[in-house]
Amino acid sequence: MALSGLDIYKLLPKTNCKECGYATCLAFAMALAQKKASLDKCPHVTLKAKEALESASQPPIKLVTIGVGEKKLEMGNETVMYRHEQKFYHPTGIGFLIEDTLDLDKIQEVISKINSLSFERVGLTIRPDLVCIKNSSGDKDKFVKAAEAAVSKTGLNIALYSDDAAKILEALKICKDRKPLMICGDISKLDEFGKIAKENSVAIAVTFSNIEELAQLTDRVKKSGVEEIVLNIKTDSLWKRIQDATSIRRTALKKNLRPLGYPVMAFTNTSEADLELAEAVSYVAKYVSLVIVKSIEKDFVFPILVARQDIYTDPQKPVQVEPKIYEIGKVTKDSPVLVTTNFSITYFTVAGEVEASKVPTYIVCCDAEGMSVLTAWAAEKFTAEKIAESIKTNGIADKVSHKKIVIPGYVAVLSGKLEELSGWTVEVGPREASGLPAYLKGWK
Amino acid sequence: MPIDLAREKYSGSVYTVELGGTSAAGGTRDSVIKIGGETTLPFLFEEGSMPNSPVVGLEIFDCEPTDWPDGLKNEIGDALKDPIKWAKKCVGDFGSKFLCVRLISAHPDWGGRSANDAIAFLKSLLQEVKVPLVIIGCGDAQVDNELLAKASQATKNEKCILGIASQNNYKTLTASCLADGHSIIATSPVDVNIAKQVNILISDMGLDPKRIVMDPTTASLGYGMEYVYSIMERARLSALAGDKMLSMPFILFIGQEVWRVKEAKDSTPLGIKWEIATAAAMLQSGADILVMRHPVAAQATSKYIDGIMKR
Ligand code: SF4
Repeated sequence: MALSGLDIYKLLPKTNCKECGYATCLAFAMALAQKKASLDKCPHVTLKAKEALESASQPPIKLVTIGVGEKKLEMGNETVMYRHEQKFYHPTGIGFLIEDTLDLDKIQEVISKINSLSFERVGLTIRPDLVCIKNSSGDKDKFVKAAEAAVSKTGLNIALYSDDAAKILEALKICKDRKPLMICGDISKLDEFGKIAKENSVAIAVTFSNIEELAQLTDRVKKSGVEEIVLNIKTDSLWKRIQDATSIRRTALKKNLRPLGYPVMAFTNTSEADLELAEAVSYVAKYVSLVIVKSIEKDFVFPILVARQDIYTDPQKPVQVEPKIYEIGKVTKDSPVLVTTNFSITYFTVAGEVEASKVPTYIVCCDAEGMSVLTAWAAEKFTAEKIAESIKTNGIADKVSHKKIVIPGYVAVLSGKLEELSGWTVEVGPREASGLPAYLKGWK
Repeated sequence: MPIDLAREKYSGSVYTVELGGTSAAGGTRDSVIKIGGETTLPFLFEEGSMPNSPVVGLEIFDCEPTDWPDGLKNEIGDALKDPIKWAKKCVGDFGSKFLCVRLISAHPDWGGRSANDAIAFLKSLLQEVKVPLVIIGCGDAQVDNELLAKASQATKNEKCILGIASQNNYKTLTASCLADGHSIIATSPVDVNIAKQVNILISDMGLDPKRIVMDPTTASLGYGMEYVYSIMERARLSALAGDKMLSMPFILFIGQEVWRVKEAKDSTPLGIKWEIATAAAMLQSGADILVMRHPVAAQATSKYIDGIMKR
């Protein structure tokens, strides 16, 4: 959190010795706040002040990276509590738990199934991010073999989870260059884990069940020289996990409390897939940067990935569809032509109703800068001129043999002018998209 | 050393709305469901309380739902042909704590049955099932003005929630709710200002704000859900900060929206998951009443709510 000039002034020697080149300490503080000067220009600043100022200049939630290359997972560096305040930056990573108690064949089968989890949606490919190998067997060889399978069989990121630092060290030998996340299951051995994380330059997840103790835990890890830390919530009750994730985000942002300024991760607690789905979606919505799930079914994973896409959409930029002619169903030269805006929800709603009507229809999306019909009309982005322009230039005249267009009922007032400008007959459709099926069925 | 966590303390709270009139109120429902009353954002029990669980109910029509995808219809089966059987199945077999009845048969597109026929159905429904009712008109403003006025009279003192009132059409329905003891659903098109405006218009007619629930307009996962999510979050934050005209609980028509998107229509198993995921996200933004369509999705959501409410 950025400090004000006055906050910085309080930390300076207040002697006005001018050695920094500024007339007073206050002037220097103001320059610092505006990032026009750097702190090393003052030879008298105390170590304590230096630390305070440095920490204030860092982002309140540390950016932690797992993995390398294109598929690497970045977590943290968030700046707000609510997406409407600005936006959420780093979409929640979705990972799968693989326990080393499974047969190696089975593990390989699971991994190849995970690899196939990739979906196309609104022109984007969405896929999960990580596999988490857990040392549930307690056996070193099994753990390393399972990690080996992950390393050789998937390009996704890797997390290694054990109570025993020595076993993680063994597994790290084969996948260190993939920059895996090591998850420390036993905090009594935290120092040992910290040392290994430091030596292998990997991020470490600290498992906690009591948020009150969390600051001490991260401080300890930090003392081992590790910078990239993840907070693994392991509280029993569901509400408390949401509460903890919220408290951590709020405390990091509002109080700039460094020991809590790290991304949060959670394993799902429920194993019944339907409940696990609801749990995972809640984490995506509420501040969890990495969710590790158990189910690997397509129908389970797809909605989680879509929920993530939704929640992490930039709210300042309305989602738009390309302004053009969309064809729903087997359209012919006699199909109706609906006109609407290119706001994605507007389009999807209209398209959904048209589909439901089973009447093949053209939808002309005009460029209304991604606004809905009424908003665009009020903002003069959806005017007779604009609609006439797109009708004339988008080639709809070549697609149909009639000259009739249907406009949304809410903008019925545009009819007269639009007819004049476009030379097309303008018909007024229903106000709400829900009226379209009936309307289209009766359209001639 | 305890750490100094940043906690929110809110001054405002969400109104508590009661659904269902028992004999004490002159009604015939077997229970009263309390809705709302939160003094914190969802499930943050260290920052405030959530005295009433969000509640899930199934939706029925007063005629066969010909436009539902097959996968959804199959789950309920033959009972769909007889709305009373359908209602009983929702309550008896699927454990629905309330029912949302959509009187769609009066809509010109759905056969345009006379309002009196729809009311006759409603009266026998009152006899046959005893859970509280949310009653929704057919969606045609002209028809609904007459239909809902009659539905309101027919269910006097049953303390239903009637809808849907909008900025352009709220007077008739508000008057009915006032006269017959019901609560009202006030809708707005994903817009906080309009939501507040409708609430004010309805309250100005004398209806107690404790008898209004807000319909922020539902959107399915992947089809604009995030807009609704943020509108609800903003409205709820205003409520908790003390804005009384945004302090009404939310009702979300999850099933209606989910079962018309491509993913749900193409695959029932995916549709079920889609409905659960949409419900889960809406719970995190403050949903109080969830109207759902697939019994499996509704039951899972209900169970999930029980889990997350457990202290
Ligand atoms: S050098 Fe430091 S102590 Fe001297 S005037 Fe500048 S800020 Fe103040």
